[in-house]
Amino acid sequence: MTITIFSARKIITMNPARSNTTHVAIRDGHVLGSGSLEELAGWGDYVLDETFKDKVIMPGLVEGHSHAMEGTLWKYTYVGFFDRMDPHGKVWSGVKAIGEVLARLKESEAKLSDPDAPLPAWSLDPIYFDNERVTRQDLDKVSETRPIGVMHASGHILNVNSKALELAGLLKTGIDHPGVPLGEDGLPTGELKGPDVMTPVGVHVGFDRDMLSCDEEGLIDFAKLCVRTGVTTATDLAARLPDDAVAMMSDVTGRDNYPARIVPLRFHHGVTPVDLIEHVLKLKELSSDRLRLGMIKVVVDGSIQGFSARIRWPGYYNGADNGLWYISPEQLREIINMSLEKGIHIHTHTNGDEATELVLDCMEEGLRQYPSLDHRFTLQHCQLADRAQFRRMAKLGMCVNLFANHHFYWGDEHYNLTVGPERALRMNACATALENAVPMAIHSDAPITPLGPLFTAWCAVNRLTASGRTQGESEKISVADALYAITLGAAYTLKLDGEIGSIETGKRADFAILEDDPESIAPEKLRDVKVWGTVQDGRIFSAADL
Amino acid sequence: MTQAQNIPVTIVGGYLGSGKTTLINNLLRHADGKKLAILVNEFGELPIDADLIEAEEGDVISLSGGCVCCSYGNDLTSAVMDVAQMQPTPDHIVLEASGVALPGAIASSLSLLNNCSLDGIVVLADAETVKSKSTDKYMSDTIMRQLTDADIVLLNKIDLVASEDLHATREWLNGCSNNASIIETKHSTAPIAVVLQDFERQSQPLDSGAPQHVDQFHTYKLDMEKSVDPKHFAEELIANTPGIVRAKGFVRDKSGDLKTVQIVGKRFAISESPDNVECGMVVITVQP
Repeated sequence: MTITIFSARKIITMNPARSNTTHVAIRDGHVLGSGSLEELAGWGDYVLDETFKDKVIMPGLVEGHSHAMEGTLWKYTYVGFFDRMDPHGKVWSGVKAIGEVLARLKESEAKLSDPDAPLPAWSLDPIYFDNERVTRQDLDKVSETRPIGVMHASGHILNVNSKALELAGLLKTGIDHPGVPLGEDGLPTGELKGPDVMTPVGVHVGFDRDMLSCDEEGLIDFAKLCVRTGVTTATDLAARLPDDAVAMMSDVTGRDNYPARIVPLRFHHGVTPVDLIEHVLKLKELSSDRLRLGMIKVVVDGSIQGFSARIRWPGYYNGADNGLWYISPEQLREIINMSLEKGIHIHTHTNGDEATELVLDCMEEGLRQYPSLDHRFTLQHCQLADRAQFRRMAKLGMCVNLFANHHFYWGDEHYNLTVGPERALRMNACATALENAVPMAIHSDAPITPLGPLFTAWCAVNRLTASGRTQGESEKISVADALYAITLGAAYTLKLDGEIGSIETGKRADFAILEDDPESIAPEKLRDVKVWGTVQDGRIFSAADL
Repeated sequence: MTQAQNIPVTIVGGYLGSGKTTLINNLLRHADGKKLAILVNEFGELPIDADLIEAEEGDVISLSGGCVCCSYGNDLTSAVMDVAQMQPTPDHIVLEASGVALPGAIASSLSLLNNCSLDGIVVLADAETVKSKSTDKYMSDTIMRQLTDADIVLLNKIDLVASEDLHATREWLNGCSNNASIIETKHSTAPIAVVLQDFERQSQPLDSGAPQHVDQFHTYKLDMEKSVDPKHFAEELIANTPGIVRAKGFVRDKSGDLKTVQIVGKRFAISESPDNVECGMVVITVQP
């Protein structure tokens, strides 16, 4: 078989035995070795490929908490505050005022030929407009005849125009619902808060009911975003995974030119624990190289900015009621125990520290019954965990995947409104995790925040909020630790660290190809490292040629 | 009728093991021609007799007698919207909330749907465990919020507790669910007309399939010949009728228009009445 040797300006291997090299040899989609050309020549005849001779190669980045629907959302108009790249490489500039939101919507409106077609948009964030809200009257200026819906970046609020309210039968007085603010005229302002309120109107503005679903085109577009951000393995964290969706995913990821390895987790909702385990065991059999099935995601609580996370005493800083449980302790215990017994791998969504505490309690009990030396159950988000909880995670053999990006996008809101100054400092406590030797990854939760592990690493290293404050100096981590978290760290939480996450003999030939060197660039510039593309399973994917 | 009537929705809440599934099976067994649409969080916990099942397709199970059963997973609102659009239209939707859901929040969301209206929130409480569960480290506030949301509390499994304990639990429940009528049950056997508002049937003897419990209910009719202020009338009826569980009927208001008045627990609703109805209210009370 052909051996290819790539030369590079620098190779960051994540192999401590030789952390930086200049050449990597690959065969059959695997790494033969990394070192000098002379060393690698010993493997036999080779082709020297100098495509990357001016680039920096590092292990393909691993996104341990994303949703493939990031690919799907780009069908809708982007109205976020920050610049963001779409799957085709176009960088959409952030909109900085309500007027700009409306102008962009008008541009999209002008392109629609069907006068009744809805106009959906996404990623609005009024926090950055001094919290000035978008009203239905604002959106009516874009169109009074077609329904318009603008999803907030958090995914928890939807703004609609009068036509959309009318179609849903809600353009009327007398509505008494905490999620439907009313204007002076007694009619809804067009802001709809919470999934239960968004759904009845969402169907009229073009948002699919099942926001977690990802179609074929979306899955293809998602992989393009992976290439553009240096990602070679990404999770699709939470899907119901019915047979037809699995068949589609198998087909798409199995194509010769599909550039990413996708790890979909089965969502716990809608089935009993017994049926859930049975389904996941079946899914595991359907795994292929680029589609890794057989893991479970359990959602325990809601979100902090939506005030639906379960947090411990003294609760929310603004006095809001405690959040919601999405599973009972009994069912959580049952799923954990059965999974420990059968060797199934679970990731749990807990945002609030009370939810995290419940998982830790259930794990402690479960492990007493079903001792398990290498379960790697992972706490996802785990944003509010305190030091005592990290110490318990370590003892229980748990991993954590912290939401480092959240700190940047909503850190100011957490400081001022949700959990208050002191707890805001400890949110997404990367340094505490490392100090307690809890295996750690960091994530984007794309599409909630943009896919881009190097940006996520920048967030964990600098802990800047959007307003420019450093929040939680003591929880900053080094660039080296952050680069580990987005490669081997994330791979470890997926039990894939033996296959991916570093460049060394026997591992997959999965590389991120970079224009800049993340190890030598100033830490505050880490987010500016440019990505050329990826090598996945030995196949070259240039972002420019997608 | 001059307009399509909203489909009444009854929310059945309560913590795990309180008897929600048994109650729903009882309702299906006594549906008696009424087309019930049952929404459950997940199918696994609904042991429907196999001979009742006519067809099973994805998230929907069709039962003999025109009833259907659907699982809603994580998207309750969509499921209610789907069920309300079904042909033939269901007579009544029964929504089984998950053990950790807050039925009041579900009721708020239902208020935004055009073709549904809330018939009432029935919360089951396990007489053996509810009091101790209400101090659980994690579930305490959830259980208290469920009980506070209730219009009717079925204090269930009373056969499993000593009478003095039952008395204490009942006193405690009275204190924490101040808006609800409390009904004691074994095996979730409350009469269907108590759980689901059903005007046609309320004038008939209550049948729960468990005759020993019918004794605790009393049903009577008010003629309502005089015109009234419907709101004032409903408030007075609730205030002056000890043990009122449900009431429904038609009254003539001061301007001579017919109005429908529905009461469940301490909640009431007034709406336009259908054509061709006679004035009169049927009231069900439970012995305190």
